[in-house]
Amino acid sequence: MTLTEQLFAQNTVQLNSKIPAGPMADKWNNYKADMKLVNPNNKRKFKVIVVGTGLAGASAAATLAELGYQVDAFTFHDSARRAHSIAAQGGINGAKNYKGDGDSIHRLFYDTVKGGDFRAREANVHRLAENSVDIIDQMVAQGVPFAREYGGLLDNRSFGGAQVSRTFYARGQTGQQLLLGAYQQFSRQVGLGGVRMFNRSELIDIVVIDGRAAGIVVRDLVTGELTSHSAHAVVLATGGYGNAFFLSTNAMACNVTAAWRAHRKGALFANPCYTQIHPTCIPQSDDSQSKLTLMSESLRNDGRVWVPTNPDETRPAHLIPENERDYYLERLYPSFGNLAPRDISSRAAKRAVDKGLGVGAKKNGVYLDFSDAINRLGRDVVEERYGNLFEMYERIAGENPYEQPMRIYPASHYTMGGLWVDYELMTNVPGLYAAGEANFSDHGANRLGASALMQGLSDGYFVLPYTIGNYLAPMLNQPTPDTNHPEFKRAEQEAQQRFNGYLAVGGTKSPDFFHRELGKIIWDYCGMERTEQGLEKALSEIPALYEEFKKDLRVTGNGESMNQTLEKAGRVDDFFQLGMLMCRDALDRNESCGGHFRAEYQTDDGEALRDDENYCHVSAYEWGGDPMKPRLNVEPLEFEEVHLATRSYK
Amino acid sequence: MAQVVASHRGPVTGTANKAKKRRPFLLDLYSTAVGKKYAMGISGIAMMGFVLFHMIGNLKMYAGAADLDHYAHFLQTLLYPLAPKGVVLWILRGGLVAMLFLHLHAAWSLTMLNRKARPVKYQSARDYQIANFASRTMRLSGLVILAFLVWHLLDLTFGVVNSEVGNKVLYPGDTEEVKAVYVSVIASFERVPVALFYIVANILLGIHLFHGAWSIFQSFGWNNPRFNKWRRAFATGFAAVVVVGNVSFPIAVMAGVIS
Amino acid sequence: MSNTIKNITLKIWRQDGPAAKGHFETHKIDEITDEASFLEMLDILNDRLVTDGKEAVVFDHDCREGICGTCSLMIDGQAHGPQRGTATCQLHMRKFNDGDSITIEPWRASAFPIIKDLMVDRSAFDRIIESGGYITAETGGAPDANLIPIPKPIADAAMDSAECIGCGACVAACPNGAANLFTAAKVAHLNRLPQGQAERYSRVESMVETMDDYFGSCTNHGECEAACPKEISIDVIALMHKDYRKAKFSNRKDLARS
Repeated sequence: MTLTEQLFAQNTVQLNSKIPAGPMADKWNNYKADMKLVNPNNKRKFKVIVVGTGLAGASAAATLAELGYQVDAFTFHDSARRAHSIAAQGGINGAKNYKGDGDSIHRLFYDTVKGGDFRAREANVHRLAENSVDIIDQMVAQGVPFAREYGGLLDNRSFGGAQVSRTFYARGQTGQQLLLGAYQQFSRQVGLGGVRMFNRSELIDIVVIDGRAAGIVVRDLVTGELTSHSAHAVVLATGGYGNAFFLSTNAMACNVTAAWRAHRKGALFANPCYTQIHPTCIPQSDDSQSKLTLMSESLRNDGRVWVPTNPDETRPAHLIPENERDYYLERLYPSFGNLAPRDISSRAAKRAVDKGLGVGAKKNGVYLDFSDAINRLGRDVVEERYGNLFEMYERIAGENPYEQPMRIYPASHYTMGGLWVDYELMTNVPGLYAAGEANFSDHGANRLGASALMQGLSDGYFVLPYTIGNYLAPMLNQPTPDTNHPEFKRAEQEAQQRFNGYLAVGGTKSPDFFHRELGKIIWDYCGMERTEQGLEKALSEIPALYEEFKKDLRVTGNGESMNQTLEKAGRVDDFFQLGMLMCRDALDRNESCGGHFRAEYQTDDGEALRDDENYCHVSAYEWGGDPMKPRLNVEPLEFEEVHLATRSYK
Repeated sequence: MAQVVASHRGPVTGTANKAKKRRPFLLDLYSTAVGKKYAMGISGIAMMGFVLFHMIGNLKMYAGAADLDHYAHFLQTLLYPLAPKGVVLWILRGGLVAMLFLHLHAAWSLTMLNRKARPVKYQSARDYQIANFASRTMRLSGLVILAFLVWHLLDLTFGVVNSEVGNKVLYPGDTEEVKAVYVSVIASFERVPVALFYIVANILLGIHLFHGAWSIFQSFGWNNPRFNKWRRAFATGFAAVVVVGNVSFPIAVMAGVIS
Repeated sequence: MSNTIKNITLKIWRQDGPAAKGHFETHKIDEITDEASFLEMLDILNDRLVTDGKEAVVFDHDCREGICGTCSLMIDGQAHGPQRGTATCQLHMRKFNDGDSITIEPWRASAFPIIKDLMVDRSAFDRIIESGGYITAETGGAPDANLIPIPKPIADAAMDSAECIGCGACVAACPNGAANLFTAAKVAHLNRLPQGQAERYSRVESMVETMDDYFGSCTNHGECEAACPKEISIDVIALMHKDYRKAKFSNRKDLARS
C-alpha cells in the first residue's frame, strides 16, 4: 500500500474533485452540456458575493452581473484597479498557434502539467488550456492594447519552460493592461447597477450556516465598522500568500486573511508548501527594505547569467576576464540555457551565492549581463526590447544596466498552493468558491511564466459563471440568509474581540517587526531549499515568536478610523498560523517537486527527485483548532493523458 | 461643478444611470468646462483677429497723418453706401463686445469652478515644473488688459480723457472733413504715464496671447504630430508681432520719430 | 557603494479625518541608507512612532513597483516628488542630500477628500470610468483576436495612453485641480482602437460630463504631464477635446434622426 493510499484511507473530509466523465479533451464540454441552468429571468433572484477584484474577481463579478445575478464585490483597496494582478509584467499564454509553430491546446496543457512537476489536476489544466484561447479574444475585444506586428496582427514572445511562442504581451505591463480591461468591464457593471462595489472593505470572516457558505463579515477600513453580508454563494478571489516571507515581490497589502479565515471555517488548504521563487528579482540592498522588485523573466532571453569563479573577486564586472566567469545556467542546462524554468534557475543562483560567489556589496546576487546582447544587437535594439525595465532597474538599484550587468537574485513571487477546490472551483464548503491565485488548482508544484494571468481570467470569465449557476439552480426562491442569524452575530463579535485584542496588548513591538522576523524564519527554512532539520527548527521557532507576538505586540491608534497598523496586525496574525502550516506541509512531503525542494531528495546533479509512488497527491489540510495540529487529507492525482516523467531541461 | 464626494461609506452602484439633461445645443456644449474652453477659444480667436488688424491698421501712423486719418474714415464708411455710415463698424464692434463678454463669462465661471475644485490650497510651497508665468497669470494679465481697454476707449474712441478726439480735419483734395485721429494719438502718447501704461498693458497682452494662442490648439483639439511643434512657435510669433507693433507707437511718439 | 544620508527633517501633514483640522508635524531621521526608497523611510519612521506609542502616519501605497497607482504624496511641492516619470514608491533616498528638509503633503482637491493624514479618496476616478471608460464587450461574444488587424503605430499609441496608473498626480499637480489628463488618457486609449469606435462619441461625452461633476478645468498649464509617472503627453487632452466637440455635433444628428 502506498503512502498516498494509506493517507487517503485516513481522510477526515470527503474530497470529491467532481471531474466530469469522458476523454480529457471532452470533459469541459461534457460538463457544460450536463450542468444545471438558471433561467435568465431567475438569475436576478440570486446574490453572489465576490471578494477581491483582481483579474479573477473583477472578471467573475463583471460576467456574473452581465448574466443578471446580483453581485456584491468587496476590495480592501480604494479601487478595483489596484489589485496586484497589475504588476505582472511578462505576458499571458494563449494556445492560439498564431505563429504556426505547432502550438495547440494539448501542448499548452502538456507544458503546464509538466512545468508543474506533475502535481496538478489534469482535468483542470486541460480546461485552462482550452479557455486560454477565448481569453485572448475576450481581452482584445475589451480593448487591451497587446503588442502587434507591423502587419497589424498580434505579436507573441516565448517564455521559460515552453518551446513555442504563445505569450501575448503589452510591453512590460501585460498584467496592468489585462487588469484594466477587466476593471473597465467591471466598472461598467458598477455604473449600470449590476454590481454593488464596497471599497476599502476587508474580509474578516466567512460565515457558514447549515453547512453552506452564507456570507461574510467585513471591516470597513475607513471607519473600522464591522458589517455582515449574506449571499447565495461566496467567491474568494483574494490572491496568494507570498507575503508570508515578508520580503517578496507581492504588493505590501497582499495577505492570506480571506483564505485563512475560510480555512478556519472548514475549507481545506491545499499544498501550502508550493511557493514559487522567481529567479530574476533585484537583490535586497539593506535591512530596512520592505519589498523586492521583480525584473521580467523576458530579460533572460538576451541576458546571460554568471558569477565570478573566485569568491574573493573584487573587480568590477567588466574587468573580470571571460575565463574567470561561470555562466552556470548555460553550462548546466545547455539546451534551455538562460531560459531554464524558474525553480531550476532560482536554485542554481542560490547554490552559487551559498558558495560565496555572490556579487554586489552584500554578495547576495548573480550577474545578468547584457553586454553580449548589446554588442550583437546594438544598444538601440536592447533599449527597444527592455528599455522600461532597464530604467526601472536604474531607479531602484542606482546602477546603469547598459554599462554594468544587473544584479539579480530569486525572491518569493507566487504561491501555487491555496484553498482546495473541486473541478467547479468550489471549496469543500458548499457555496464557497476560490478563484485565481487563492486556489490551488492549476499549477501543481510550479507555475510556468505567463500562466497566472491566464488562470485568473479563465476562472473568472469562463469557469465560475458556469459552475456557480450549477450550484444555484436548485436553490431557486430561497432567500439569502438573514444577517441577524446568530452565526453572523457571533462572527462579528469574534472579529471585534480580535481587533480590540490587538489594540489591548500594549507591548513594545510593531506588527512589522514580527512580520519581518516571521518572514526571515520562513525564508530561511521553508524558502528555496528545505531540510527536515530546518523545518523542524522553523516549527519550534514560529510558535515561540507567535507567543511573543501575542504578548509583546504594540498597535497604536484606535479601531474607529483608518489604522494601517491595526490592519497589519490582523494580517500578520494569520501569516503566523499559515507559516506553521507551510512548514508542516513541507516537512510532510518527503520528496522534491517544482517549487518544493527538499535537500534530502535530489539527484546526483542536484535536481529535484520526485516520489511518485508516495506523493502523487494533493495535500489538503483541515483546520484542527490549533495551527500546529492540522488534519491532513489527500486527493490522489491520476494522470490519464500525460505520462509521469522526470522533468528535464538539459 | 465641483462637488464634494460623499463622505458616507457604503456600496457604490448605478453611478452611470443618471438622467441626461436635454438642453439646446449651444447651452449644452457651454454647460461643461470643456465647452467653456471652446467659448474661450472662439472669442479669443475673434479678439486675436481684432488686435492683429488693429495693429496693422495703426502702422499707417508711420505713413503720416493723412494716411491714418483716411484709414480711420475708411473704417467708418465700410460697405457704404450699401449700409449707412458707421453701421458696419458698429456691428463689428458689437460682435467684439459680445466676444469679450463671452470670454469674460467663461473665464469667470471656469475660475469659480477651479476654486471649488481645490477649496483647501496646498499648505506648503508648490514647485511648478512647466506652468510658466504666462499660464499662471492669465487672470491678472487679462484684468489689466481689460482695464487698459476701458482707458483706451475713453482715451481714443470716446475722447473722455483726450480733448483732441472729435476734432476734424480737411485734407487737400478731399471733399469732406475726416476725424483727426493722428493728432489725438500723438496728444495721448505725449503724456508719459499714459504711454507707459500703454507699453505695460501691451506687454501683458503679449504674455496673455502667448499662452492663449497656444491654448486654443489644445482646447479645440487641433493636434497633429505634423504641426504640433509649430504651435508654440506660432503663439510666440503672434504675440511678438502684436506687441512689437503696438509698443512701437508710444515709443516712436516719445522719441519724436513721429509727431 | 551604498552611502548614508544624515539629518533629514521631515515636515509631514497630519490630519485625523476628512473634516478635522490638519497641521504639519516635524520628525527627524538621523541616518538612512541611500538605497532605501522614500516609502521605506516612512516605514522606518512609522515603526519608530509605533514603538514609541504614537500613531503611525497613514499613507496609501501598495505594489511599490510604480504600477498600481496607489501611492501619492506631494513631496516638496511636486506630485510624486522631484524625479521625473517616477511614482513616489520608486523614488529613492539617493535623490536627497544630507541635511535636507522634506515637506510631505496629501494631494489636495475637493474630489480627493482626505481620509486621514496623507491618504486621500480617489474614487471620483472610478466614477469617470464607470460612466464610459470601457468597451462594451460582454463575456462570451468576442470574435477572434486577429479578426481586426490594428496597425502597430495605432496599437502603440493606444498603449502609450493606456499606461495611466490612475494615481491622480495629474489632478494633484494641476493648479486648477483638473482631471483632463486622466480622463483623456482613457478616452485616447479606447477611441484610438477599432474596437472602441462604436461607443467613441457617447464615451467621450459621458466621461467628460462626469469629470465635470468633480474636477476643475484644464487651462493648459502642462503640470499634469510633468507630474505623470508614466509621462503621458497632454496631446491626449487635445484628442479628447476634439472628440467631445464632434460628439456634441454627431449625437445631435443621431437624436434628430430618431
